[in-house]
Amino acid sequence: MLQLIENEKIRETIDGKRIITKKPELLAPAGSLEKLKVAVHYGADAVFIGGQEFGLRSNAGNFSIEEMREGVEFAKKYGAVIYVTTNIFAHNENMAGLEEYLEAIEEAGVKGIIVADPLIIETCRKVAPKLEIHLSTQQSLSNWKAVKYWKQEGLHRVVLAREVGAEEMLKMKEEVDIEIEAFVHGAMCIAYSGRCVLSNHMTARDSNRGGCCQSCRWDYDLYEQVDGEEKALFGEGDAPFAMSPKDLKLIESIPHMIELGIDSLKVEGRMKSIHYVATVISVYRKVIDAYCEDPENFQIKKEWLEELDRCANRATASSFFEGEPGYEQQMFGTHASKMKWDFAGLVLDYDQETQMVTLQQRNYFKPGDTVEFFGPDIESFKFEIGQIWDEKGNELEVANHPLQIIKFKCERPLFSYNMMRKENI
Amino acid sequence: MKKPELLVTPKSVKHIGALIEAGADAFVIGEQQFGLRLAGEFPVSDVELATQLIHGAGKKVYVAVNAIFHNDRLDALENYLKDMQRIGVDALIFGDPAVVVAVRELDITIPLHWNPETIATNWFQANYWNERGAKRAVLARELSIDEVVEIKKNAKPEIEVQIHGMTCMFQSKRSLLGNYFLYRDEVMEIENRKANQNMFLHDKERKNKYPIYEDLNGTHIFSPNDMCLIDELTELFQAGIDSLKFDGVLQTEEYINTVTNCYRQAIDAYFDNGEDAYDEIKDVLLEKIEEIQPELRPLDTGFIFKETVY
Repeated sequence: MLQLIENEKIRETIDGKRIITKKPELLAPAGSLEKLKVAVHYGADAVFIGGQEFGLRSNAGNFSIEEMREGVEFAKKYGAVIYVTTNIFAHNENMAGLEEYLEAIEEAGVKGIIVADPLIIETCRKVAPKLEIHLSTQQSLSNWKAVKYWKQEGLHRVVLAREVGAEEMLKMKEEVDIEIEAFVHGAMCIAYSGRCVLSNHMTARDSNRGGCCQSCRWDYDLYEQVDGEEKALFGEGDAPFAMSPKDLKLIESIPHMIELGIDSLKVEGRMKSIHYVATVISVYRKVIDAYCEDPENFQIKKEWLEELDRCANRATASSFFEGEPGYEQQMFGTHASKMKWDFAGLVLDYDQETQMVTLQQRNYFKPGDTVEFFGPDIESFKFEIGQIWDEKGNELEVANHPLQIIKFKCERPLFSYNMMRKENI
Repeated sequence: MKKPELLVTPKSVKHIGALIEAGADAFVIGEQQFGLRLAGEFPVSDVELATQLIHGAGKKVYVAVNAIFHNDRLDALENYLKDMQRIGVDALIFGDPAVVVAVRELDITIPLHWNPETIATNWFQANYWNERGAKRAVLARELSIDEVVEIKKNAKPEIEVQIHGMTCMFQSKRSLLGNYFLYRDEVMEIENRKANQNMFLHDKERKNKYPIYEDLNGTHIFSPNDMCLIDELTELFQAGIDSLKFDGVLQTEEYINTVTNCYRQAIDAYFDNGEDAYDEIKDVLLEKIEEIQPELRPLDTGFIFKETVY
């Protein structure tokens, strides 16, 4: 049974047919300008990116101010907006340069920042008042009274802790008039975000400043101490103790989230490939649009689930949204596997007259291979590669150079930003 | 120079007398429904008894309400805050802003101590929460001595720093021990052990042992070493840190008593008789702690002299 939010106008009945008038924002991650463009092109309403300072994920591709500006301009053409993560908990040494940085972000046309440290909240309010301020999940926001606190502090939006369930979200929406953003897809911390310093202890890398080395995903042996003796709590052949969560996947709960009035649905993964971003965003786009248009007759299509599966490399689960996650939502004795499909190429151009595709190679392929094309403007279709040529028209036996420009003929029309993928056998 | 407060964690009401004897100035108590990782469990009736005892000796009592609250505990939290107001404890230790809101709404007049553990990393935040009612900021244990000193220099509220004991590295809402046993289809193991506090994770690569237990707040994992600054207190003394905390979670009463007394001697030596007097006894005090230190728990100095990168 779906819980419905009552005090917010999110639905209307027109000619006896119920429709959803408040569509949540679909928020995508992007670790580079290319990923940002793909995310927007594949249907994201908003994209969050990292700058070169004050953000977590020190390993993720991060944007210069110039790139932010270009990203904002690109997104604007699609009616999409950009947020910048500035979600470290600063130490004294990180405090310098913050004002200039926030001013530059504001000037670049970014809509808002995602922030955890009150230092950055207050500084932003002072020097870059046009930026919206969104509270990061790093603050582990888990109850409606704390939501009320941040509302009173003037924040525009809060990103909830990953430990918050559907019923709790409903109460938050009922009690406090503030935008709520919740994660719907991707990898996640198994600890309360911000409350884990395993990395600091095990590798001297500060998890709350972007240095997390994911120690929670390693294997450990569990013992107990009885009368000064150490006793193993695992037998021979038992999987070791692990606390690796399956990745979040709430695709089937999207209708519920929409009915709760959640304002922004967030996909995690600034480190992921453009193939991942394109696949995940396009599927969630379809689900949100289909539900809002006709909630009564909505059904999750099998092909959407299969499509999502193509870029998954870990098992998935619904985490806390549907209740307390049990052991079946963790991974024991197994780790990430290979993706079922490889991203093989990005379509740069298609000539309607000659039916020639110009494609940028992203993975090995050769004539005779069966591939699949997908994109927001086409129905996915399978295709057998025929003859292929390089940029200068030399025929090739294989396409094995990353980013090489490849041409071949394809009778079905393609568009730039369409992607070609190949099953991993 | 003002003597810093020596703050300790009793395991029970009965334990408090010995700690007063050992030289403690202030006490952290509470119960797991509202407070995190406490050395002992003190229901409201025990908080009342403890407060009488502690106030009778002219000492201070602080109650932990630093859980990460979910909606289902907010009503109970309000009643608890009213109980604390009635009892008249000296401070409420909080991390969740829900406590700030509740305290305002209920006109609670007990001072607040801000302690969100890992995220208290700069002086701006200390001052920010000070403006919102926090009389004291408890710093993250992952800071270096230079960072601690700079925060103290720039902070408006009192500053509390942990100087001894284990520190929490990780809190998950999930039942990670229970899940492990369930995964192996060994429900009996949960019945026997879930509430125990004698388990640890062995990290073979680093040869470390991390204590782990579960309670109402989820699963908690602790540092492999006990931090011990008994012979490294000079800079903290000179910086004017207001409160030095010895966290006795997962330690025995005898251990907590002895260590408390060692720090009492260190503080008194420095402030009553000067730096030389402290320098003279600090190695002896360290040896005294080393003698009773459990074999499983090596001593170190936490992050005070360690550099972290990111």
